[in-house]
Amino acid sequence: MEEINPLINMIVFGAFVAVTLFIVFRVSRRKASENEFYAAGRSFSGRQNGVAIAGDYLSAASFLGICGAIAVAGYDGFLYSIGFLVAWLVALLLVAELLRNTGRFTMADVLSFRLKQRPVRMAAALATLAVCFFYLVAQMAGAGGLVALLMGFEGTLATSITIAVVGILMIVYVIVGGMKGTTWVQIIKAVLLIAGAGIMTLIVLFMVQFDFNELLARAVEASPDGEAILAPGLKYTNPVDFLSLGLALVLGTAGLPHVLMRFYTVPSAKEARRSVVWAIWLIGIFYLFTLVLGFGAGALVGPETIRDAPGGENAAAPLLALALGGPVLMAVISAIAFATILAVVAGLAITAATSFAHDIYASIIKRGDVQPGAEVKVARITVVVIGVIAILGGILAQNQNVAFLVALAFAVAASANLPTIIYSLFWRRFNTGGALWSMYGGLIACVLLIVLSPVVSGRETSIFPDADFAIFPLANPGIVSIPLAFVLGVVGTLLSKPSADHAVKQAEMEVRSFTGAGAEKASDH
Amino acid sequence: MPESDPIAERSLQMQASPEFQRLRSAFMRFIVPLTVLFLVWYLAYVLIAGFAPDFFATRLGDSYITIGLLFGLAQFVSTFAITMLYSRWANRVYDRDAEPLREQMEHAAMAGGR
Repeated sequence: MEEINPLINMIVFGAFVAVTLFIVFRVSRRKASENEFYAAGRSFSGRQNGVAIAGDYLSAASFLGICGAIAVAGYDGFLYSIGFLVAWLVALLLVAELLRNTGRFTMADVLSFRLKQRPVRMAAALATLAVCFFYLVAQMAGAGGLVALLMGFEGTLATSITIAVVGILMIVYVIVGGMKGTTWVQIIKAVLLIAGAGIMTLIVLFMVQFDFNELLARAVEASPDGEAILAPGLKYTNPVDFLSLGLALVLGTAGLPHVLMRFYTVPSAKEARRSVVWAIWLIGIFYLFTLVLGFGAGALVGPETIRDAPGGENAAAPLLALALGGPVLMAVISAIAFATILAVVAGLAITAATSFAHDIYASIIKRGDVQPGAEVKVARITVVVIGVIAILGGILAQNQNVAFLVALAFAVAASANLPTIIYSLFWRRFNTGGALWSMYGGLIACVLLIVLSPVVSGRETSIFPDADFAIFPLANPGIVSIPLAFVLGVVGTLLSKPSADHAVKQAEMEVRSFTGAGAEKASDH
Repeated sequence: MPESDPIAERSLQMQASPEFQRLRSAFMRFIVPLTVLFLVWYLAYVLIAGFAPDFFATRLGDSYITIGLLFGLAQFVSTFAITMLYSRWANRVYDRDAEPLREQMEHAAMAGGR
């Protein structure tokens, strides 16, 4: 690891920050309307938004995490990426277009269209904030962990400072650039990430004369587990737990609030469809790259070297870059990995801020009676608050096992959000009672089961290794909480009376969602 | 949305109209089987990986390619295929059928005088 050159790493990363900041300031408007700030005036094309979705979705966990998992555990790392990809079909077929046709800025807009506005908005906003919080803290803590590896810093103080820098940059991007600036950051990052991974993939394939079998042979030879890396079982040993994780991954994506919000940055449902199609191709191709890179790192660097490196499994991709192209390529890949975190946290921050300002402040506290400009002002203040919370959370969680936070974010999205979205789009009888039962039930069940799981207590790797209140045996709550939330939606609906205007509202939402009549158009500048 | 919104008023009529019913059921007929298909196919994959890892470990002849690897890559292929299938259908068929209904609704809205 002595070949790491922090200076080159910092220069490349500094260049990324300078370029993105320049763009963010250029596209920003001081007096942005809600449409501008939350949805970029709905001015992005389907292709641009598709690239931005890939930028939002391919977090450092996807890149460093999956490469590392494949390098060390082989096939089981690959399993993970499949769930992340297939999940996009739920978004494409069931959610993206219908949602684009009925909402304005947030998931709560869609639900409160036909359900009772205030309680449903509150529940949806709380679920949104919960998902964003878990995801943000995980990303921030991950950023801290990466520093030791990428920049050569060590110790708690250096890590804490890095987390604070990431948080401050995130605040600047979002406050200044709003959704438009944030989207450009995602686009630039996605292009860099996919291009960087693509170049490395080509080099690896070139080294084995484009013979994938040869690559596998070398990876098997280099691994202490030998042929076991070619089949499942090295990382996930409990099949029920794995099924639970698989469910949360495949059903969680289409309920992730920062993904849902991206559908509003395009002018029409047709463009929303195009953006998901672009996203699926980009994300799919990227995961195929990680398959080559993961086995490449296993073959060329070796699982033992990777495990012993600072940063552990996360070091696989940067170490492979070092082996392939020396310190310069490693600097580029490391800077891209860092930029990845920055773009993802910016996307989460604007989503959380929108949800608070639009759903809680404007619609619930002010009951829709807001001065022009006041809502965006609140959103900007919220970004600062969220940034500070994320920095503190990231610093506190920096030595924790953060993978569970991401799994929790997906499980909450799949249990609290997805059932209600699906029901309100497709089930005519669905009502406010069902929505509240499903959202609160899913959210509470998820968090409770995680608290009672071995992730939190009872094992050496738990957050509280000395205590043991792990009654629930699985690390991921999805297999219980997702079906539960779907059932609660039905029970709650059947037990409560529909409102007087149920039929009219339902008809209006259904006609709008299927035909696009009255959908929000792109704003004129 | 205020009660006097013309789109709201026209919605009940539109929802009951045979054109809209046809549009909605065409959508459901296309989407529901595809959704069931990819979810079952994905769950089957996860279940085999979890409960029958030995099957996935089977190697093809002398090569290092395993059945599990092929199943995994098949998930990629099916995802891309469903994506193309849906977007072709939606661009060619669904948009064509939905467009006149949208215009009808928005015309009525304008005639109703906002």
